[in-house]
Amino acid sequence: MSKILIRGAKVLGGEPQDVLIDGQTIAQVGVGLSADGAEVVEADGKVLLPGLVDLHTHLREPGREDSETVLTGTRAAASGGYTAVFAMANTFPVADTAGVVEQVYRLGQEHGYCDVQPIGAVTVGLEGTKLAELGAMHESAAGVTVFSDDGKCVDDAVIMRRALEYVKAFGGVVAQHAQEPRLTEGAQMNEGVVSAELGLGGWPAVAEESIIARDVLLAEHVGSRVHICHLSTAGSVEIVRWAKSRGIDVTAEVTPHHLLLTDELVRTYNPVYKVNPPLRTERDVMALREALADGTIDIVATDHAPHPHEDKDCEWAAAAMGMVGLETALSVVQQTMVETGLLDWAGVADRMSFKPARIGQAQGHGRPVSAGEPASLTLVDTAYRGAVDPAGFASRSRNTPYEGRELPGRVTHTWLRGKATLVDGKLA
Amino acid sequence: MQRHLISAADLTRDDAVLILDTAEEMARVADRPIKKLPTLRGRTVVNLFFEDSTRTRISFEAAEKRLSADVINFTAKGSSVSKGESLKDTAQTLEAMGVDAVVIRHGASGAPYRLATSGWIDAAVINAGDGTHQHPTQALLDAFTMRRRLVGRDAGIGQDLSGKRITIVGDVLHSRVARSNVDLLHTLGAEVTLVAPPTLVPVGVESWPCEISYDLDSTLSKSDAVMMLRVQRERMNAAFFPTEREYSRRYGLDGDRMAKMPEHAIVMHPGPMVRGMEITAEVADSGRCTVVEQVANGVSIRMAVLYLLLGGNEPAVTHTRPPVSHHHPSNERSAHTISADEEK
Ligand SMILES: [Zn+2]
Repeated sequence: MSKILIRGAKVLGGEPQDVLIDGQTIAQVGVGLSADGAEVVEADGKVLLPGLVDLHTHLREPGREDSETVLTGTRAAASGGYTAVFAMANTFPVADTAGVVEQVYRLGQEHGYCDVQPIGAVTVGLEGTKLAELGAMHESAAGVTVFSDDGKCVDDAVIMRRALEYVKAFGGVVAQHAQEPRLTEGAQMNEGVVSAELGLGGWPAVAEESIIARDVLLAEHVGSRVHICHLSTAGSVEIVRWAKSRGIDVTAEVTPHHLLLTDELVRTYNPVYKVNPPLRTERDVMALREALADGTIDIVATDHAPHPHEDKDCEWAAAAMGMVGLETALSVVQQTMVETGLLDWAGVADRMSFKPARIGQAQGHGRPVSAGEPASLTLVDTAYRGAVDPAGFASRSRNTPYEGRELPGRVTHTWLRGKATLVDGKLA
Repeated sequence: MQRHLISAADLTRDDAVLILDTAEEMARVADRPIKKLPTLRGRTVVNLFFEDSTRTRISFEAAEKRLSADVINFTAKGSSVSKGESLKDTAQTLEAMGVDAVVIRHGASGAPYRLATSGWIDAAVINAGDGTHQHPTQALLDAFTMRRRLVGRDAGIGQDLSGKRITIVGDVLHSRVARSNVDLLHTLGAEVTLVAPPTLVPVGVESWPCEISYDLDSTLSKSDAVMMLRVQRERMNAAFFPTEREYSRRYGLDGDRMAKMPEHAIVMHPGPMVRGMEITAEVADSGRCTVVEQVANGVSIRMAVLYLLLGGNEPAVTHTRPPVSHHHPSNERSAHTISADEEK
């Protein structure tokens, strides 16, 4: 690994520039840089972004290696332009001890495709009753700062309050999967016109909104920081907007699929569209896009949820919930946010790299593309158009809702601290 | 006609009327000494029941046998939602056996749709009830019963239910019968009103082609047919309504309420009836209650559906012009329908 010259890239979508990588860092950014002794990557018109950071990934290892492993998941991440992912705690065993989080962290380092920052469980076994050893996970080699029972809601108000208070000691954050459990018993899809027709159990918007409302008030009361996972309704946006206007320290994420797809797709009864929180209505989708544009929603996170074929090739009610997303996220954001004029590429860098890195305190990620910074970068061919073909995915699972759908943009190169992990669309 | 029958909403007005007319012809087979047609000879139909329903299975089985089909009954109780691949595995087993049609009953909404559209199987799929979604042959037999009673057995041929006012009462939220009936009755030109406590009406119902009321008494005098849905006592424990008594007082059909209905109006129930809760014995046993006819009509309807999906283009029954009747007033309870006992 020595010098790489990326020539003529639109840095954050701006005027074409050259970027010289020397070793692990960016040596120079400018026009007409010398290619002397450097391998040249012709970027002509492509957009160069800081390496993407995903605050919400399910890597499935340990326990469900048939769905995904740290290796296959980080290869998928590199393919999608990511240089850091936060791995959710709902593995088997649950990542609720220092031992499990260190194992996941080390696997990420060994494979070298992408930094893996484990998320620790809030409660033992995700059972919602007893706090996990949050401090020990923070002090471990993994240095956990984000805690979540994702997949389940920390629905006990007292446990949630204690978790919010406790992580203040080391600047941690609790990431909440907002789902009131009683209101979502038997829930199969968004509750509304389509669920009424299809006769599928409804997941009402208020089940998400009521927990978010409670949690922002709790965060305010104890003076702590809360992060809301995968916001999916227009009402949730209003609550977060109100909380921010009041000075409450809340951040929020939206998934690519909630920016593009609606519950109308469930009419196919194809479980590839089964996800939690469920696909909502057109009105929700538009509210989410606007909120991401105006900063009410801070970041895009994939909620990459790999499942093996047999868990989806069945009747709707029996199917697992979740979609893979690492390899298509940027394309969906380009279609829904950039090509609609809601965000420019600097905005994309902010929502998909700078801010998620800041929320998760990912060291060395989400940095400006300038001299002296770590050379973790993503090069995107924004002119590309093509149908999504899951056969080409690096992820071990293929449960994408976009099969055959034409999406714009393609990540051609990814560098993690100067080392190429993706070259011309192929994993290194 | 489409290749499958998954939802009552998939039927056009002409499809639906054709099925009802064909069912009238099928009903005539019951008048013959040999109650059998050769139509589906050599064809194999599987009754694939993931959920218990003896009534519906027997009704389909009788229909299949009267059309001379080879019948396989496949009960897969309890294996539906717990094991992911069971439906697909079962489907492929049936496919390997060269099955021509699958009549499927499943606890999961959408399972018949998946079966018909996932490429697992080539056979025609007939939905015999899926979760809280649809039960199209039930809606067809209900419509058939209404047309016979409200229009007339012979006068009804070629007719729909334009202008008829139908009230459906009870647990709409969990009812595939209500969903199917709203779709089909609307297609056939009837005006439907759903009556239930607000807790038993689904969120999103406003997009349905019907009226919603929380008050039974105000709808009775404007109803040509009142269909009472089964209300399970468990719903009380899940706080859908306070007590059984309160439910009966507000939404139960007793003699006093029946007296408010127009004289020609009928009382329907998809069965099985739990007397006392949603319907009193007095109403259930009255001549206005069509429950037994509904059972008999179910066989004719299912024969018609199987015939039209599988039988091709030849007429279902030869020499079929209905004899012009001079002693069949339209509201007369037909003596020619098949009674439930004959099925077995
Ligand atoms: Zn979640």
